[in-house]
Amino acid sequence: MSEVKKFLYVNRKAPYGSIYALESLEVVLIGAAFDQDVTLAFLDDGVYQLVKGKNTEAIGMKNFSPTYSALGDYDVTKIYVEKESLEARGLTLGDLMDLKYEDEDDDWAEKDSIRVVSASEMADIMDTQDIVLSF
Amino acid sequence: MAMLHIVNKSPFERNSLESCLLHAKPGATVLLIEDAVVGAAQGTVLSDRIQKALESVKLAVLGADLEARGIAQEKLVDGVNVVDYAGFVDLVTGHDNNQSWL
Repeated sequence: MSEVKKFLYVNRKAPYGSIYALESLEVVLIGAAFDQDVTLAFLDDGVYQLVKGKNTEAIGMKNFSPTYSALGDYDVTKIYVEKESLEARGLTLGDLMDLKYEDEDDDWAEKDSIRVVSASEMADIMDTQDIVLSF
Repeated sequence: MAMLHIVNKSPFERNSLESCLLHAKPGATVLLIEDAVVGAAQGTVLSDRIQKALESVKLAVLGADLEARGIAQEKLVDGVNVVDYAGFVDLVTGHDNNQSWL
């Protein structure tokens, strides 16, 4: 199968309280190996997945935050975060991890993977996919 | 592109339905299943929101889940469509894409 499909992974849950966030990340990394057009969406409590400065030592769970930084190396470069969800939780772009990728079409210039979008823009992004996987 | 949105959580416990309605484009269908079916009843704090949603999207509930929760079809907000399992399948095949709101 050579046809490239647009995959959207929708993340709406906070990490560590349930397994959804980690499972999503694992599926994204597996899916990335199949050269599909991958987009990640973070809204509602899903925005907490990208908050920086986490320390999970005392809860006895592996901190999987560093894995998000590897997404760029797997050509996962479109990470959309919903503005309304951030604002409702008192968060700004500055509270999130600084995720980057190297653009091979632009002399490997380092660029931001995270783009903050409105709920309306998020709805448009959801509407233009071939496959939507929810976590 | 017409999307089928599927919600399965009670809107009185989670924000899945609220978030779904915020992102559903005009012409989309929202199907309530499992605990979400309570959101289609009349006389709740959400009934007005459901009524308003019906101006731009279609709303359906899975009959089996309604019955399991003792909610009579007559108690639903006007305009909400009840489907059986075959109707669920028809909704899936009748839309370009589908999305679950967990």
